[in-house]
Amino acid sequence: MIAILNYGVGNLFSLSSSLAFLGAEAKITADPAEIRGADKLILPGVGAFGDAATKLRQSGLDEILKEEAARGKPILGICLGMQLLFEKSLELGEYEGLGLLKGSVVPMEGVIPTHFKIPHIGWNALHFPKAHPLFRTVSEGDCVYFVHSYYAADSEDVIATAEYGIDVTAAVAKGNVMGCQFHPEKSGTVGLSILRAFCEWEENA
Amino acid sequence: MITKRIIPCLDVKNGRVVKGVNFEGLSDVSSPVELARYYSENGADELVFYDITASFEGRALFTDILREVASTIFIPLTVGGGINTVADFDRVLQCGADKVSVNSGAILNPLLIREAAQKYGSQCVVLSADIKRVDGAFRVFAKGGRENTGMEAIEWIRRGVELGAGEIVVNSIDTDGVKRGFDLEMLQRVCEAVKVPVIASGGAGSSGDFIRLFQQIPDISAGLAASIFHFGEVCIPDLKKELQENHICVR
Repeated sequence: MIAILNYGVGNLFSLSSSLAFLGAEAKITADPAEIRGADKLILPGVGAFGDAATKLRQSGLDEILKEEAARGKPILGICLGMQLLFEKSLELGEYEGLGLLKGSVVPMEGVIPTHFKIPHIGWNALHFPKAHPLFRTVSEGDCVYFVHSYYAADSEDVIATAEYGIDVTAAVAKGNVMGCQFHPEKSGTVGLSILRAFCEWEENA
Repeated sequence: MITKRIIPCLDVKNGRVVKGVNFEGLSDVSSPVELARYYSENGADELVFYDITASFEGRALFTDILREVASTIFIPLTVGGGINTVADFDRVLQCGADKVSVNSGAILNPLLIREAAQKYGSQCVVLSADIKRVDGAFRVFAKGGRENTGMEAIEWIRRGVELGAGEIVVNSIDTDGVKRGFDLEMLQRVCEAVKVPVIASGGAGSSGDFIRLFQQIPDISAGLAASIFHFGEVCIPDLKKELQENHICVR
């Protein structure tokens, strides 16, 4: 079973629908026992980093996530969920993340050329600095759907980028901890194939 | 590279898709669920569902349809029409909408934009403005383009972005339904005024209109249309092929 972590942030309807569409057994939950018993975890999220990080901490799910990550359980963060995997974010202040990945999340404003619109909204092409099983059925240049204004700037664990004036971190992975800045559940057949790869992920893949 | 989005808009009344010319003379076109599936399989980058139902029953029917669409179609869905309160945001977001478009509701209560952006994030709040030239000035119209609010359009849009709108839909009443092309002058003005993505609406009659839109205003993020797609006058895969041939980046 895949546990979709419900900590009161974001819209989980599409994510759970897309997993159901793929035939995966998934459950939206905030129950520690269910999360500990799940085979895999998905950390979703939209909105502001500070608010989400606070809710994650208040729900106690932050500690569970850290424990499960340390045990080697596959974890996929999506959009803000990916950003929360990092050490900190500079969105509207400075907030601490889960620290499962090294690096910080910073505004795109001031980094990308001024004529680029912010938020970065829309379908952008993926590029792969290295091969990763999450993208085994995705080709260089396939498009996925992004919506964000902040990005993981200095990650050593980048497995996909998208060009938006600069190389924007599109996906990260370090062992069992993975994340997509884009929304696979909103990215048509390409997105579904990425979710399927996560569903079929084996511990030692 | 980021691609230009092509967005079909589905006006839904009593469970069916309709499209009017200049907002009047509505005619029944097709089933929203079938049409949504067709579009998502044929290159649409996003779908807009516009609820033009006034009754409570019609509204319930609309959310049922939305839920059905969102559980089988995995591209971004924007919902508009009758969004006046944060509770309206809740209602459609719970049924699978990704973005919510506000228009008259935000004119009546601009703080709705801020409240919704704080609760759901700016990426969720789309400000849609119906704009018409009146004595040489761009004015914002409310209630489906029937009522002149007297507000200057560029100022209103700037304010909407300050309040937290993450995307703007500019619908030119002057070009809507005329099918002679998007309102490039109006769109250029809006694009220069705000940092957030701007979506062009109103006036597309052919694939050439989309090519001119993206060539003449490179900062426009997306083109939205309804009847030309619903009646098959322009088919999206062909449109995208033509855009690509004209060096416009599409998915």
